[in-house]
Amino acid sequence: MMQGNMSQQLGNSHRRFLQTLMTCGSVDEPGARSLHQHCCETHNTQYVPDQLDNFINAINSKLQPLFMQIRKGMSEESGQQHYALVNMAETEVTRMSSDYTENELELFRKTIDLIVASDNGLALSTDILNSADTLTTKKLKKTETEQLLKRLVQDKWLCEKQGEYTLSTRCIIEMEPYIRTMYPEQVKVCHICHNIVFQCQTCENPVCGVKIHFPCVAKYFRGRSVRRCPACDDAWEHEVPGTVFYLFLSSTSVLKVYMTLKC
Amino acid sequence: MTQRKRATPSSQRQHGVSALQEDEDDIPFTQPSTSQVQKALENVTPAQLDHKASEVVQYFLVKQQKKIPVRRADLVKHVVKEYRNIFPEIMKSASKTLDQVFGLKLVEIDNKNHLYILISKLENVDGPHTSVSSPKVGLLFVILSVIFMKGGVVRENVIWNTLKKLRVDPGEKHAEFGDVKRLVTDEFVRQRYLECVRIPHTEPVEHEFHWGQRAELEVSKVKLLEFLGQLHDQDPQLWSQQFKEAHSSVNPPSS
Repeated sequence: MMQGNMSQQLGNSHRRFLQTLMTCGSVDEPGARSLHQHCCETHNTQYVPDQLDNFINAINSKLQPLFMQIRKGMSEESGQQHYALVNMAETEVTRMSSDYTENELELFRKTIDLIVASDNGLALSTDILNSADTLTTKKLKKTETEQLLKRLVQDKWLCEKQGEYTLSTRCIIEMEPYIRTMYPEQVKVCHICHNIVFQCQTCENPVCGVKIHFPCVAKYFRGRSVRRCPACDDAWEHEVPGTVFYLFLSSTSVLKVYMTLKC
Repeated sequence: MTQRKRATPSSQRQHGVSALQEDEDDIPFTQPSTSQVQKALENVTPAQLDHKASEVVQYFLVKQQKKIPVRRADLVKHVVKEYRNIFPEIMKSASKTLDQVFGLKLVEIDNKNHLYILISKLENVDGPHTSVSSPKVGLLFVILSVIFMKGGVVRENVIWNTLKKLRVDPGEKHAEFGDVKRLVTDEFVRQRYLECVRIPHTEPVEHEFHWGQRAELEVSKVKLLEFLGQLHDQDPQLWSQQFKEAHSSVNPPSS
């Protein structure tokens, strides 16, 4: 079996995959598999279902001299793995610099500030609008900020839900090195999967305070009736997404609670 | 990892026609002669050339997301910079990479103002995650069809009336497209899918629409005619003028 042949030439199936990935921003794992199949079939290339990683490795070997790579990262919402085309050379947000003006980039950086500083990986639109007033480059008006946020969502850097902004999966995959460099003290890592974490649950124990992604919580506590923090063994107070569980109260009465996955 | 400092692109976001005018502080760029290039190449390592070509590739790819043409002046000012004397070599290398890795062709659509666009060498095929079925593409397709069937140019009111019949009123805010007029006269024009030309001596000012350079390069007239044939349940050959036109021009590349 061919193991990621590094000098493999690219065919149109690879190029179509790459072009589509660029247009979408990122693609989840099932999407990547169906896209792989579609690309092979369109160009009459033999499609082997489990060869997605080799297929991507072939593309990556050609992208490497361009300081680009297709990388994988987990969606903090669904727990799904996503593939995204990212820049490896940038140490700042320069990839966006030909698309956004200097003060727009400054506002984006301030939004990242807010998200990194928050407990839950969210930035409120009101806080972002306040930041627009403090820009050192050129101030942005309220309408301009709202337009900018809309563009950032459209361009798949941010996600928005009910006035709260989070980093998109593609943004996290792409900017992780930048964020780790810029926020070495504040950046947190999920206790379960050890990847960078923004949207999460936090251990209530003030001495502990470890953070775990929602999907990682669901996975870790699946099937466990007693929930304890994996780091400090204190009771894990939060509702665990997507499971049925029993909550023992101090009076030892048992509550059966159904929770749905936080979306 | 090298830390790259980019010049701040304060005027990168271009709106409409102003995109064609060069900034006052642009150092006018003239293509270096072959001998100048050869001489400059002696002072540049292959690694440096490759690195610059990669930066050019990345710049083009970012612009490609919005389908905005790239001005040569911007490319030289913001990316190529001090390597301007080997500009042709850098472009050759970037072009080759865009072709071999991405299946994208680098095309100069304006020899006077030196504008470049990228077009896909791969045929538009419907599939998962493709934009072929996106509403904007559908709208554009309708407009391109009207223009093509009417001989290549139509007055703007013909377009607006056609869209109105499809319940897309340029005077009203549309649920899907928003400001329809802006989408057609600004976005599609900037992306070079349409060309919007003022009709002289009209009061109030009227415009006419042509296919833009990107449409000419990306859209197959043969396929468009076939699609219309299916839509109207008619043999495309019966539109003899258009059939002739579609089969005479150079077809866009297919896979």
